[in-house]
Amino acid sequence: MSSFWRGGLVGGIGVVVGLPLLVQVIWSFAFRWYFPDLLPSEWGLHAWRYVFSDSSRVGEALLTSLGIGLAVSLLSIGIGLPAARALALHDFPGKGLVEWLLLVPIVVPGVVATMGVHLVFIHLRIADSSLGVVLVHLIPAVPYMILVMASVFANYDTALEETARTLGADAVRTFWFVTLPAILPGLLVATLFTFLISWSQYVTTLLIGGGRVITLSMLLFPLIGGSNNATAAAISLVFVAPALLALGVTARSLANGPSVLGGLGRP
Amino acid sequence: MAAVVLQHLTRRFGNVVAVNDLSLEIAAGEMVALLGPSGCGKSTTLRMIAGLLPPTAGDIRFGDRSVLAVPAEQRGAVLVFQKHLLFPHMTVGENVGFGLRMRGLRQKEIHVRVQEMLELVRLPGFEKRRAHELSGGQQQRVALARGLVVRPAVLLLDEPLANLDANLRLEMRELIRSLQQALKMTAIFVTHDQEEAVMLADRIALLFDGVLQQFDRPRALYECPRSVQVARFFRNENVLRGRKEGERFVCGESHLVVGGAKEHPDGEYLLTVRPEEVRISDSQVENSLWARVRAAVYMGTHTQLLLEVEGQQWRVHGPADGCYPAGSGLWIHLPPQRIWLLPPAV
Repeated sequence: MSSFWRGGLVGGIGVVVGLPLLVQVIWSFAFRWYFPDLLPSEWGLHAWRYVFSDSSRVGEALLTSLGIGLAVSLLSIGIGLPAARALALHDFPGKGLVEWLLLVPIVVPGVVATMGVHLVFIHLRIADSSLGVVLVHLIPAVPYMILVMASVFANYDTALEETARTLGADAVRTFWFVTLPAILPGLLVATLFTFLISWSQYVTTLLIGGGRVITLSMLLFPLIGGSNNATAAAISLVFVAPALLALGVTARSLANGPSVLGGLGRP
Repeated sequence: MAAVVLQHLTRRFGNVVAVNDLSLEIAAGEMVALLGPSGCGKSTTLRMIAGLLPPTAGDIRFGDRSVLAVPAEQRGAVLVFQKHLLFPHMTVGENVGFGLRMRGLRQKEIHVRVQEMLELVRLPGFEKRRAHELSGGQQQRVALARGLVVRPAVLLLDEPLANLDANLRLEMRELIRSLQQALKMTAIFVTHDQEEAVMLADRIALLFDGVLQQFDRPRALYECPRSVQVARFFRNENVLRGRKEGERFVCGESHLVVGGAKEHPDGEYLLTVRPEEVRISDSQVENSLWARVRAAVYMGTHTQLLLEVEGQQWRVHGPADGCYPAGSGLWIHLPPQRIWLLPPAV
């Protein structure tokens, strides 16, 4: 691809992603902005003042979202990494069924599954709790972890690990010194995916959290479609910020260093 | 004392027997080739010795100690693969020092020994380079250094030269051989290339379908194969079926004198002579057979002749400057001392 077209493509993506964000930024600083004005007729900081005030509970929700997102990511790694490896590198009876079952949560609407899960969680007394929310977020998150990591392991050669073993590294040190560095770029992407999936959950959090677990999306979604566009815009920017930050960090770490994830690393 | 002993080693994968009742004794400081076509169980054997794959039956001993219960990381058998040689995220120095680091050596000593070893494999000053900055041959040398630096009980090489081009392969063969002899390292390497095995190994274990065919010095596999299959693997397809009577081998109308005939009792045998030992002659001399030329291919150092001898197809090396039109006849002389008798094939 010529540099002209490449530049155009990147620019186009930039416009598509950036322009809506720009509108949100303007909205968040607008006090009065009515049709047909191109820009707000009056500017103000009231939306941001509200965001940073205690009564908005944005700070608290941000921490809750972060905590739940991190927990979901770590648990997804714990469950998904061994599963992905097994699926990519080993053949076993019922493998097709397992692969199919893993895809089901992506296909079946989350609300349907969550209703069933809710009943179970009530019995287990973990409804209306952060633990319950973390667990229900795992349903959509784990399949993505497994899908990404299975593709990483599909391009992975265990000969490196075997070499390390015969050179005197036990299983733990082989993982730490050889396996982890090799799969790290892919693992970062998968972790980012699972974090963002948890971050943007609304219905599942609402049902299982029962209004007691307040994540950022719990504050944001009711505001959307309400009359207070400025506040909605400000909170939505807070909502988007970690995602952009994480994406930037991940893209950077992917560009540096060798990648086993074909297509996402630098050619 | 034998450094590595395999006793009735067997490995099954489901119904497939990959390695079948393999027994070998490898002396300390010896270089042994596991030779055979792909899928003959040679890599499986190597992985079992390394401790990466448990055998279904049999025993593996290093010295007088069974190592079956010893995990790979404590066994001291280092395995060098043909590809994916180096840890990609580490420098050359870190790669070579990996085994020493796992053994808990201090950084200073690791550094000294890594440098020593890099000099031995003729890559001094390469510590800071990364794997992807090296050529295939250099990577192979670093992989070798990484294995040798921990002074393994036995060095295991799985097709170490398969990914290199022809010139580099020759160079690496010599390097591997000289290092192995300089360090008096016990080494086992797997190859499907009989030429490589002959050049490198003190002894060759030839495997077909997981079964040991012959374990002997390279010369013996060439000159004294134990079966037609072994002879054929070493590119000798020249076989005649007949009877040995006294000093003579009788095949149809032909009588041939056989050197060393006393070692065999009279009876049915297969006679074989290596292609390069057969002499072409214009006239009938003693110990000669009439042959018809089917095809002749000029090979540079010799002419490869495809002959029909007593209804059998033979391959024979003739002089490079000869002229052998297809369909013409000629006499081939079999030197009595070069004739080898095989038990009749079942």
